[in-house]
Amino acid sequence: MNSVYRARRRRNWIAMSLSLVATLFGLGWLVLILAVLLWEGVGGLSLQVFTEMTPPPGSAGGLLNPIAGSLVLTVVAVAIGTPLGILAGTYMAEYGRYEKVTMVVRFINDILLSAPSIVVGLFVYEVMVVPMGHFSGWAGAVALALIVLPVVVRTTEDMLNLVPNPLREAAVALGMPRAYVIRHVCYRAARAGMLTGVLLAVARVSGETAPLLFTALNNQFWGANLNAPMPSLPVVIFQFALSPYEDWQKLAWTGALIITVTVLALTVVARFLAASRKEQ
Amino acid sequence: MVDTALISSELSAAATARAAVLRRLRGSDAVFRIITRMSVYCVLLILGGVIVSLVSGALPAMRTFGFAFLTTEVWNPVTDKFGALAPIYGTLVTSAIAMLIAVPVGLMIAIFLTEICPPWLRRPIGIAIELLAGVPSIIYGIWGLFVFAPFLQRTLQPFLIDVFGPIPVLSSVFAGPPYGIGVLTAGLILAVMVLPFVTSISRDVFDAVPPVLKEAAYGVGCTTWEVVRFIVLPYTRVGVIGGVMLGLGRALGETMAVTFVIGNAHRISASVLAPGTTISASIANEFTEAVGDLYTSALITLGLILFVITFIVLAIARYLLMRIERRIG
Repeated sequence: MNSVYRARRRRNWIAMSLSLVATLFGLGWLVLILAVLLWEGVGGLSLQVFTEMTPPPGSAGGLLNPIAGSLVLTVVAVAIGTPLGILAGTYMAEYGRYEKVTMVVRFINDILLSAPSIVVGLFVYEVMVVPMGHFSGWAGAVALALIVLPVVVRTTEDMLNLVPNPLREAAVALGMPRAYVIRHVCYRAARAGMLTGVLLAVARVSGETAPLLFTALNNQFWGANLNAPMPSLPVVIFQFALSPYEDWQKLAWTGALIITVTVLALTVVARFLAASRKEQ
Repeated sequence: MVDTALISSELSAAATARAAVLRRLRGSDAVFRIITRMSVYCVLLILGGVIVSLVSGALPAMRTFGFAFLTTEVWNPVTDKFGALAPIYGTLVTSAIAMLIAVPVGLMIAIFLTEICPPWLRRPIGIAIELLAGVPSIIYGIWGLFVFAPFLQRTLQPFLIDVFGPIPVLSSVFAGPPYGIGVLTAGLILAVMVLPFVTSISRDVFDAVPPVLKEAAYGVGCTTWEVVRFIVLPYTRVGVIGGVMLGLGRALGETMAVTFVIGNAHRISASVLAPGTTISASIANEFTEAVGDLYTSALITLGLILFVITFIVLAIARYLLMRIERRIG
């Protein structure tokens, strides 16, 4: 072997080892984060967490009200964001696929998809909290809905674009009007993909903190009243983790574990749905 | 005779019924079309609303401080003097640190996944890396504050101070006591958060390289690294830059993780070990406590600046990715 060849081989070997190291590095972070979460969070996990209110510092308690608050906020946010997103995605894929509006909205939607969520919080603060005069669960839900929206628009459009055209043509040839074709043929063909989109949106929303800080705010008590400030799991974690009280920090870890497990489970389920669709 | 009359009247009745059904269907078709079109405009309206509301919220501060807002470091709620230089500086520096680490590492992972990973491992590893993106940012925050920052305080930071202490310029970059929290810690955590975005987009564009190109290169005797370096990377350059910009957009706007570990100090110091602040961390920390219209307005102006910066970065990212999609598609 001549020296040039050896040098090339060596460089290749170094680069490939580095790529392996980088992968292990990336995976290492995931393992490390999950391990610490389990280590710190499992100890505090008990039935009490799900049945009792957040405690004042120094006494025992649970996370019932923030968990309930998070559920309500997420459900309302999805109920607002999903229909709007599906309808908009439908227009972009079915009626106006090549229109200028669609191009513009696609571009803007992609930007909203990765826009900083704290800016969404500021926006909702300006348009809802200021006019209403107080923080409220509604404002929090709308802020989250604005994060759900672009995810759903994007997946709906993508999935409808994947529906083969002969399917539409066959349905139209039977004399179905356009709206009927969309609702009964296209939606049915794209259902799994659209559901994936909604699940991913729920996963994203359930860990969101920044937009809730100054919309839903927080609350130490039980409250299903969307007109009042509302507790949510991420915001309570934020508050408790930064507090000097040890019981609060412990509860924060437990809450963090609950959120992470939920979000990762949703993400994995969504991925499997998407994968099983691809195999069909 | 009677029979034919009956049949024809039945036929005409059926025809009118048919016409009614068709009319109804056409009507519902039009309604559905209009509703979906409205929803599209709604999305447009929201972005417009975001910009308008941020600008109107920012007006008082912009009128008071003018252009100097961007170049002043002072941030004093007591005397109502505000300047955005420190948060802007912090945002840029933390993002720069994050990209400095995430881009090479993310690219290397993408290379591993597309070139040398055994096929059965590709999906699991790919999903695991993407789960890193799924972990909520508040988890990174709490983890960074309680685990990562103390770890850095004991290990990396004293090491950096010792090593770079005697070197003239670098000694001020790595100066000061090891607090644990600070600009460097925030940048490192951001790097981990941005990593999956860089990886997954690079992997997707690497996968889109026509196999013929790679096979031809292998055919003339290139090593795997040479194929990556001289065939794959040049071919996918635009897409990779798009992915990097997308990650940068994320890093610039990331809030919770940074808020936990940056220390929230409104000052600019040369050392990356010192506490600082970013735009999003300032807003998250101070907004609910902000009393006085000018204070609130100054924070909203920060939000507007952040939005404009990320909008530009993301727009460039999307433009580049659209270009490569068109070429591949």
